[in-house]
Amino acid sequence: MPDKLDKIIESKKLLLPILTEIQDRDGYISEDNVRQLSKKTKIPLSEIYGVATFYSFLTTKPEGRNIIHICNSPSCYVNGSLNIIEFIEKELGIKSGQTTEDKLFTLHIGSCIGCCDKAPAMLLNGEVHDKLTEKKIKGIIKKCRS
Amino acid sequence: MQITLNGNKVECEKGKTILEIAQDNDIRIPTLCWQEDFHPEARCRICLVEVNGKLMPSCSTKIQKDMQIETETEKVKKTRRMNLELMMADHLKSCFIDTSNHELCRIVAEEGIKNIRFEPKKQHGKDTSGRAVVRDPNKCISCGRCVQACRDTQNITAIDFAYRGHKSKVTPYFEKDLHKTYCIKCGQCILSCPVEAIVEQDHTEQVIKHLADPKKHVVVQTAPAIRASLGEEFGNKPGTLVKGRMVAAAKALGFDRVFDTNLGADLTIIEEANELIDRVKNNSPLPMFTSCCPGWIKYVEHFRHDLIPHLSTCKSPHEMLGVLVKTYYAEKQGINPEDIIVVSIMPCTAKKFESAREELGNDVDYVLTTREFAKLIKLKNIDFNQLDEQDFDDPLGISTGAAALFGATGGVMEAALRTAYETATGKSLAKLEFDQVRGTEAIKNGSIHINNIEVKFGVAHGMMNACELLESYKDYHFIEIMACPGGCIGGGGQPIPTTWEIKKKRIEAIYNEDAGLSLRKSHENPVLKKIYEEFLGDIGGTKAHKLLHTGYVEREL
Ligand code: SF4
Ligand code: SF4
Ligand code: FES
Ligand code: FES
Repeated sequence: MPDKLDKIIESKKLLLPILTEIQDRDGYISEDNVRQLSKKTKIPLSEIYGVATFYSFLTTKPEGRNIIHICNSPSCYVNGSLNIIEFIEKELGIKSGQTTEDKLFTLHIGSCIGCCDKAPAMLLNGEVHDKLTEKKIKGIIKKCRS
Repeated sequence: MQITLNGNKVECEKGKTILEIAQDNDIRIPTLCWQEDFHPEARCRICLVEVNGKLMPSCSTKIQKDMQIETETEKVKKTRRMNLELMMADHLKSCFIDTSNHELCRIVAEEGIKNIRFEPKKQHGKDTSGRAVVRDPNKCISCGRCVQACRDTQNITAIDFAYRGHKSKVTPYFEKDLHKTYCIKCGQCILSCPVEAIVEQDHTEQVIKHLADPKKHVVVQTAPAIRASLGEEFGNKPGTLVKGRMVAAAKALGFDRVFDTNLGADLTIIEEANELIDRVKNNSPLPMFTSCCPGWIKYVEHFRHDLIPHLSTCKSPHEMLGVLVKTYYAEKQGINPEDIIVVSIMPCTAKKFESAREELGNDVDYVLTTREFAKLIKLKNIDFNQLDEQDFDDPLGISTGAAALFGATGGVMEAALRTAYETATGKSLAKLEFDQVRGTEAIKNGSIHINNIEVKFGVAHGMMNACELLESYKDYHFIEIMACPGGCIGGGGQPIPTTWEIKKKRIEAIYNEDAGLSLRKSHENPVLKKIYEEFLGDIGGTKAHKLLHTGYVEREL
């Protein structure tokens, strides 16, 4: 493990690409990784944590198998994204940034994903689902659970 | 270059900011995130002015030719008020205005804002379990001043901004409590915070309790840097020495004995100079680093395990005095040490952490900062400025000018050199002042011949400067490091504000104290001579080692 981190640092050099690589490898950025990274790069732990939490594509907690990004930017917002968010939160029993106990879902509420004309919209594992309704969401969740 | 400021033509120097020009012309622009000596980050938008009709932050905007600047238009006032209200909503609403001395609350009051239209964005958990530095994120207005202090002055970055947008906040990594991190407890962040969202852990209540308990013999000691700063809390000019009134105030508070940490400082110097000479003779790890600053010690324990053998093993002055109180003094007075409570008044928040270190036992029970001590005096309604001056109590109240120097950067070095030179050579120094280590430059150095060996010494204050000196530490025999800029007179427990202007006045006061004393060398302290004879035995001997020296641990990041 430690030498692998060395390799990542060596090849990427800058903090953000290093963190992105770790995120891709582990699915999240663990405290231990941040600590090792800090020791090797001399960048303070709290600064690395600041960067790791600043970008929505990085996470500092382990993620579920299905990752949902719901947009809450203006277009989606005026088209009722709040109701959709509330509905998903109730269906899954988690809030933004959390993962279900069965590790099946992680929920993120974030900024525009470029589907403003078909709002409200979300990404499920990187795939767009738009013009969301409660019924559509029920279907999507059911599919993931089966 | 000419600009127009509120309708008046003003000549000004190129390269200055609008804020600086306004200050030069006595025009008030409120600021919050801006701090003297730091690069402006323009986060808070309180200092907005209109420049050619556009709103711009004055703290970070440099003047340009023919700028038309207006500082009090309706647009400026409206936006400023809104920004203040948004911040105030985040800061506790209960902290409201008239009674609060927070910089933010003062500005809000000055603006005549009586009611806040917004709700706080968020509720946060508190971080109050630490022994030294604690935080209430609910009061925090995200101005970033603490982050600047921790990063740019101290090179630590124990806290930083995390998340973004409305979730953005200042926090240690992974939202840990500060005391579970590599924070060195220097308290420089406390000096920066405009709303007391970061403060020292309060120990005044415990001390009040012990003072009221007739079964306890409560002893207080005051650090060298306190007498040069405490007066500010009672409206005295910076640089006023208040030694006699400080002692009188401690007596009025009901402490059973008032001793002087300066005696502990003399003792530290005697042991440390002896250790230095030993190390030079035996070539054991050199350079030797001073060990009286607990923030610096914690830095080494987290970040530089390789330097641990280089740290002097001497306890810090108040710990040395603490152990003398609970052994020598207790024995002499026939008091059970268990019934003695030792309280240290320190300019320092890291001393709170130090006093709880396992290696140091219970020799010091509580540490109060200069601010907490002032708070006690005010609580008791003692009229500080009207007090008659008093002297420290016997037997632990006599000290030398060398000890007084401990409060200023370079002071420990100067005191140690006086003693090391004279005890090693048996000769008297022609001139006691070591000008190479005086003053506020970032890094100071020099050398002196002791018995034909050239001893090279270096001094740094503020951890950023210290880190720079560490790049070439091998060039030296003896290095003094103080984590706080200016030394203890700029400590994280000192009165707020603590600016460079004020710090320089405090330093001056300390050098005056030294110059005015007849005894100016630690090894000439008559009380200590007697204590070595009667109680401690040889300098650096077995008993001295057991009582006056300590060890360090490796800490994780
Ligand atoms: S006490 Fe010192 S090290 Fe700790 S957060 Fe404050 S400035 Fe940083
Ligand atoms: S803790 Fe104080 S200094 Fe730090 S960001 Fe918050 S309000 Fe500003
Ligand atoms: S606003 Fe939601 S996708 Fe653009
Ligand atoms: S003081 Fe200028 S933006 Fe904060």
